[in-house]
Amino acid sequence: MNRQRVQSALLPVVAVLVAFLIGAIVVLADGKSPVRAAEAVIKGSMANRAAIGATLEKATPLILTGLAVIVGMKAGLFNIGAQGQLLLGSIMSAYVGYRLTVLPTVVHLPLALLAGVAFGAVPAFVVGVLKAYRGVHEVIATIMMNTILVNLTDWLAGGPWMQPDQAISKTPPIQASAEIPKVADLPVGFFLAVVMAFVVWFLLSRTTLGFELGTVGANRDAAHYAGMSVKGITVLAMTLSGALAGLGGAIETQGVVGRFEPGFNRGLGFDGITIALLAKVSPRAAIPAALLIGALRASSTQLQSIAQVAPEIVDVILAVALLLVAAPMIIRWALRLRNASGVEGVNLNTGWGS
Amino acid sequence: MVSDRIDHDAAAGGTAELLLEARGITKRFPGVVANADVSLQLHRGEILALLGENGAGKSTLVKMLFGLYRPDEGEIRIKGEPVTLRSPKDAISRGIGMVHQHFQLVPVMTVAENVVLGAEPCRGRFIDQRRAAAEVRKLSERYGLAVDPAATVEDLPVGTQQRVEIIKALFRGAEILILDEPTAVLTPQETDELLQIMRELAARGVGIIFITHKLREVMAVADRVEVLRGGRVVGSAVPSRTDEAGLASMMVGRTVVLRVDKTPAQPGAVMLRVRALQVDDDRHQRAVRGLDLEVRAGEIVGVAGVQGNGQRELVEAICGMRPIRSGTVEVDGRDTTSMNAKAVNGLGVAHIPEDREKHGLVGSYTIADDLVLNRFDEEPFARHGLRDFTAIDKQAEQLVQRFDVRTPSIHTETNALSGGNKQKVIVARELSYDAKLVVAAQPTRGVDVGSIEFIHRQLVAERDRGAAVLVVSAELDEILGLSDRVAVMSEGRIVAMLPIEEADRDRIGLLMAGGA
Ligand SMILES: Nc1ncnc2c1ncn2[C@@H]1O[C@H](COP(=O)(O)OP(=O)(O)OP(=O)(O)O)[C@@H](O)[C@H]1O
Ligand SMILES: [Mg+2]
Repeated sequence: MNRQRVQSALLPVVAVLVAFLIGAIVVLADGKSPVRAAEAVIKGSMANRAAIGATLEKATPLILTGLAVIVGMKAGLFNIGAQGQLLLGSIMSAYVGYRLTVLPTVVHLPLALLAGVAFGAVPAFVVGVLKAYRGVHEVIATIMMNTILVNLTDWLAGGPWMQPDQAISKTPPIQASAEIPKVADLPVGFFLAVVMAFVVWFLLSRTTLGFELGTVGANRDAAHYAGMSVKGITVLAMTLSGALAGLGGAIETQGVVGRFEPGFNRGLGFDGITIALLAKVSPRAAIPAALLIGALRASSTQLQSIAQVAPEIVDVILAVALLLVAAPMIIRWALRLRNASGVEGVNLNTGWGS
Repeated sequence: MVSDRIDHDAAAGGTAELLLEARGITKRFPGVVANADVSLQLHRGEILALLGENGAGKSTLVKMLFGLYRPDEGEIRIKGEPVTLRSPKDAISRGIGMVHQHFQLVPVMTVAENVVLGAEPCRGRFIDQRRAAAEVRKLSERYGLAVDPAATVEDLPVGTQQRVEIIKALFRGAEILILDEPTAVLTPQETDELLQIMRELAARGVGIIFITHKLREVMAVADRVEVLRGGRVVGSAVPSRTDEAGLASMMVGRTVVLRVDKTPAQPGAVMLRVRALQVDDDRHQRAVRGLDLEVRAGEIVGVAGVQGNGQRELVEAICGMRPIRSGTVEVDGRDTTSMNAKAVNGLGVAHIPEDREKHGLVGSYTIADDLVLNRFDEEPFARHGLRDFTAIDKQAEQLVQRFDVRTPSIHTETNALSGGNKQKVIVARELSYDAKLVVAAQPTRGVDVGSIEFIHRQLVAERDRGAAVLVVSAELDEILGLSDRVAVMSEGRIVAMLPIEEADRDRIGLLMAGGA
C-alpha cells in the first residue's frame, strides 16, 4: 500500500528529472552549455530576493489556473477554458481597479479581486449549464468560449476601456488603492494563491460538497443513486473552476501588471492543465508544480543573456515532463470517460465474478 | 478458422489429454495473498468447476490463466509446454477463451460482425459478410448455439449475447474456455440452456473452467470440482460422489443451512402503496403498465418474474431514481411520487440496486466512503458540511465485521474487492440504518452460499424489526425461501399475489409466462 503510494508520488519527480536531462541534451545539441543554462536558471529564479520574487510572481496565476483545472477534473470535467476565464477576470478587475477612484484600499482591493472571481465564474457557469442541461461537451464549449473571450477582452482594451493617450491597446493603470502590495520584495498574491490551494484541498477532501463533486466525477450513475444532483454539481464545479481562474487573472492584474494589457496573460490557462497533471490532480501538489514552472519562466532572460539559450527550452522541458506524467493518466481518463458514456467493452476487469 | 483438432479424443477423465496445468501459482495483492501455491489441471473435454467463498481467489486465478494478471510465482503449462501469458492476446493465441460478465461486444453491430471482429474474412477492403455469417452458422450448428448471425447485438437478450461471446471465443480457436460466474445474470431458462451448451462443448473436446456460486449448477455439469479457500486449494470432489450440502461445507468449512428459518409474518400498517403506476424504460418504452402493489410493515413480499418485465423500472421508480409517468407511490402514508432519490431515502427507504458496479458503488472510493455513499451528509458522518472521518471509519469497521467483508482494510479501494464482497458492502450499507422500507433487487447476486444464508437472515431480521421488505430476484428459490407473499410480475403488471402457502414453483412458472 505505502510503497505504491510512494511510487506514484515519485513519478512526477522522476519525470521532471528526465525532462531536465533531455533539456540538457537539446541544449548540448544546440552547441550551448547545459551547465551555464542551469546556472542561468538558478540565477534567474532563486539567487536573490528579487529572483525569488519573480519566481513567486510567475507561479501565482499558475497555482490558481492549476487549481481551476483540478476542481474540474475532480468532477469529471475538462476545463480547457481557464485561459478565457482568466482573461475576463483579469480585465474586469482592471476595470474596477482603475474606474473606481475614491475607495480606501480595504474596500477597493478586495472589490477588484471579487470582480475577477465573479467574471471568471460567469463564462464557466454558462459552460456548466450547457453541459448539464443541454449535453454540450465542456471541451467544445470552453474552446469556443476562449475564442470569444480573447476577442472580447482585446476589443475592450483597445476600444471602450483603452487608455486614451496611448498607441498600444491597454487599459489605464489601476488605482494604488487596488494594488496588491509587495512585502519585502515578495508578492503577497502568491500567499493568497497558496491559501487557496489549501482551501481547495480542504473543500475537496473534507467537505460533503467535495464528496459530491468527487462522486459525480467518478461515477455519475452512483451519484444519481445516492440522490446527489448530478446537474447541479456539474454547474457548480464548472463555476468554481472559472472563479479560481478569474482570481488568478485578478491577482495578475492587481499584483503584477497593474492594468490589463492584451497578450500579457497568454498561456497561463493552458499551463494550468500542465500543472494539474504534474500535480496528479492534487490541490496541494499544485504549489510545487507551479513553483517549478514559475522558476523556469522567471529565468528566461537569464537563459538568453548568460547561456545564449533560447527560452523556448523551457517549453521543451515542460512538454517532456508532461508527456511522461500525463500519458498514462490521460489514457486511463479517456477509458473511464468512454465507460461512463455507456460503451461497453473497454474495461476487461469487471464482472459479477471479479 | 476453427480447427477440427478439437473434435477427436472427446472423452473426459483421466486418460484424456492434459490441456492446461497450473503449478504452484501464487499471487499477492497489497495486504492479501489472493492465490497461494495453487495447482490445478484441466483435461480435454472436461468441465472443471471452481468453488469457493467470496474472496477465495477464483477470479484472480482465472485472470492469470487468461493473461490479465501475471503470477508472482508458479508456472502455467498449456499442453505440457510452459508459457508466459503477458496479455489476453497471448492467451487467445494459445487457444484460451474467456467470457466476461460484461460482454465485449459492439452493440450496434450484427452477431456475425462481432464474431469476426479483429479476424475478419475480407473481400477487398470490406468484411465478407456472407462468409462471416457462414462461419457463425457453422459454429452455432456444430455446438448447438442457436443464434441468428444477422441479428443486431443490442436487440438480443443477455443469454444470447453471452452465446455470441462463446462463439467468438470458439471462432478464435479456443480449446479452453473460462467462464467466470456466467449464470449470475441469466434467467433460469437461459441458465439451463447454457449448461446444455457447456455439455455439448465438452463432448466435442473443449475444456471448460466454470466458476459459480450455485451448487445446483455444479452438480448438473461439472466433472470435477476444486474448492478454494483463502487462496489455497482445500479440496477436490467429484459431484457424483457428493451432494450440495457436502460441497457447501467443504467451501465454507462448516455446515450451511440452505433453507431460511423464519416465523410467520406479523404484518402491520401498509408501508408501501403503489397505485396504477406507469413507468418508462431507458428506451422510452412503457415498462410498468398500471401496477398496483402493497407491502406492509413486518412482511416480506417477493417479486417473481422473468427478467425484463419491468422489475428494474418498478424498483427505480419506488426509490426515486426514475420519473413516474402516472400513478402514485406512497411510503408510510407520504406521497413520494415526485420525490428524488435523496428525499425518498431520507424517508427511510433502503435500496439495494440491481447493478452494483453501475449504481451501488464508486469503485475508486475506499470501502469506508462507499459505506456512506448515500448518507454522506447525515449525522454522525457529517456536521455542518464537514465530513467526520472518525464516525465514518467507526461504522465501516463495524459493518465490515458484521457483514464479513473480506478486505485487508476499510481504506482499501472497493475496486480491489472480489465480486461477492462488493455486494456485501452494498448490503451492509443499506441494512445499517433501520429503514422503514427495504427494497432489495437481486440481493445475493454473486454471493457465496454462506453469505447468502447470512444476508437472508438479515432480511428476515429487518422484517422482524418491523420493516417492510420488497425483494426482487431472478432466483425463484430465493423468492420462495424468503417471502411471506409472492407477487408475480409479467409485462409490467402484478398478475397474481399469492400467500407463500399457495406459491409453488409450477404455478408461479405458469403465471410468469403469462398463463393464468
Ligand atoms: N486488483 C486487485 N487489487 C487488490 N486486491 C485484489 C485485486 N483483485 C482481487 N483482490 C483480492 O484478492 C482476493 C481474491 O479475490 P478474487 O476476486 O479472486 O475472489 P473470488 O474468489 O473471485 O471471489 P468472488 O466469489 O466474490 O468473486 C480478495 O481478497 C480480493 O480483495
Ligand atoms: Mg470472482
